[in-house]
Amino acid sequence: MNHPKELKYTREHEWIRDNGDGTVTVGVTDFAQNELGDIVFVEIDKVGESVDKDDTFGTVEAVKTVSELYMPLSGEILEWNEALEDEPELINEDPYGKGWMIKIKMSDPAQIEELLTVDAYNEIIA
Amino acid sequence: MLKRTPLFEAHRTFHAKLVDFSGYEMPLQYKGIKEEHLAVRNRAGMFDVSHMGEILIRGERALEVVQELTVNNAALLKAGQSQYSVMCLDNGGIVDDLLVYCLSGQEFMLVVNASNIEKDFNWIMQVNDGRAEVSDISEEIALIAVQGPEAVSIMQKLTRDKPGDIPMFEFRSMEVSDYDNILVSATGYTGERGFELYCNIRHVNVCDLWENIMVAGEPNGIRPCGLGARDTLRLEAGLALYGSDLTEDHTPLEAGLSWLVKWDKGSFMGKDALLAQKSRGVSRRLCGFVVQDERRIPRSGHAIIGTDGEVLGNVTSGGLSFMLDRGIAMGYIPTEHAEAGNSVMIRIRDKEYPSEVVRLPFHKRKK
Repeated sequence: MNHPKELKYTREHEWIRDNGDGTVTVGVTDFAQNELGDIVFVEIDKVGESVDKDDTFGTVEAVKTVSELYMPLSGEILEWNEALEDEPELINEDPYGKGWMIKIKMSDPAQIEELLTVDAYNEIIA
Repeated sequence: MLKRTPLFEAHRTFHAKLVDFSGYEMPLQYKGIKEEHLAVRNRAGMFDVSHMGEILIRGERALEVVQELTVNNAALLKAGQSQYSVMCLDNGGIVDDLLVYCLSGQEFMLVVNASNIEKDFNWIMQVNDGRAEVSDISEEIALIAVQGPEAVSIMQKLTRDKPGDIPMFEFRSMEVSDYDNILVSATGYTGERGFELYCNIRHVNVCDLWENIMVAGEPNGIRPCGLGARDTLRLEAGLALYGSDLTEDHTPLEAGLSWLVKWDKGSFMGKDALLAQKSRGVSRRLCGFVVQDERRIPRSGHAIIGTDGEVLGNVTSGGLSFMLDRGIAMGYIPTEHAEAGNSVMIRIRDKEYPSEVVRLPFHKRKK
């Protein structure tokens, strides 16, 4: 299973990339997309809003199951990956690239330190 | 410890994602449910369904016992023919849905759901009451399903017989890929033309047979398919699933299976209760629903709501139809709401979505 070292992770199987400008990019992990199977629909319902850490920001619907998406840290959702509207399968095909989900402007950048390292995440899914 | 079918090694070879399905470690999917689903609709797919149960009923009184157990008329079957049927309790509730195979006038094979093998066997023994010889041969039989428009031409490459000439719901013993006595049945659970191959594991190397079918079907685009695609295919074909759409709390009249019930064949388990229900009128029916909004997917348990806001019932099976590109569902609602074309709402998580009552199946196979 492919989980890049430079990213941070959550127990909810999301990855977080620090863009270095006060924003982060968020998606779901390779493990998560594999567990979910074919993803057929993504709904991000809080674009433009400020959302607290651990609150939901949308849902991802796979053939067999539906999952909520949780904010990995607090902040404003600046944008979402609109390509997922027509091609939700990008999450299966390229979870860390074309399958990214949202960009967040962090309200408390210190929260980034609370996220999991790749080693800690790998231990959780082992 | 989960049981494994004789094809377990083949699933490993093809990198199946495995799940626990009624005590068996079964492939959920190989590459992906959507790809496998579309392979069966457009080309061909192959499934391991060895977990299904096979119960033999033999002896001079075998037909009498089968007639009492099932609602359809097994007396109409000649050797080489099968029929879809259900077994009912005294109160008309469905014990299981099944295929009845007539092997000879004195030998019938009942093919039942994996999750019900033990329950069915006990029920059959109770009704049989010593009249016929009943044996559970599920562990000896491997079952491979080859389904889709290319199924006939793929099978034809592996036998000198003519599988394409087998009428629907009939079966023949054939030599397939150098294994003789494979029972080739023109049946399936996908809504497509296809075959189910019953193999006795003492005489057939089932993994070898699987490989040979895969190789023969490669130019036709055959794909190994898991239970995930089996479920989306059967739902799209409007075929009910025991445990979800059919249970002991539902009768065949409610489930849209009244066409199976042969009132004039003599007595059978559940007949009196079903007759009473018929004369009283059936108060709820299993219906199909299509969600109008694109890509809202109804799931089992979601509420079905009437135009006045009242809860009519719950979704018993739901999912995405890859052919319609719409969410589809089945569920029981009161008869007065059950007419095709009626509007209902389905509550998908916290929102309600307009949905239309439709006649099953959702998708009809191309002729």
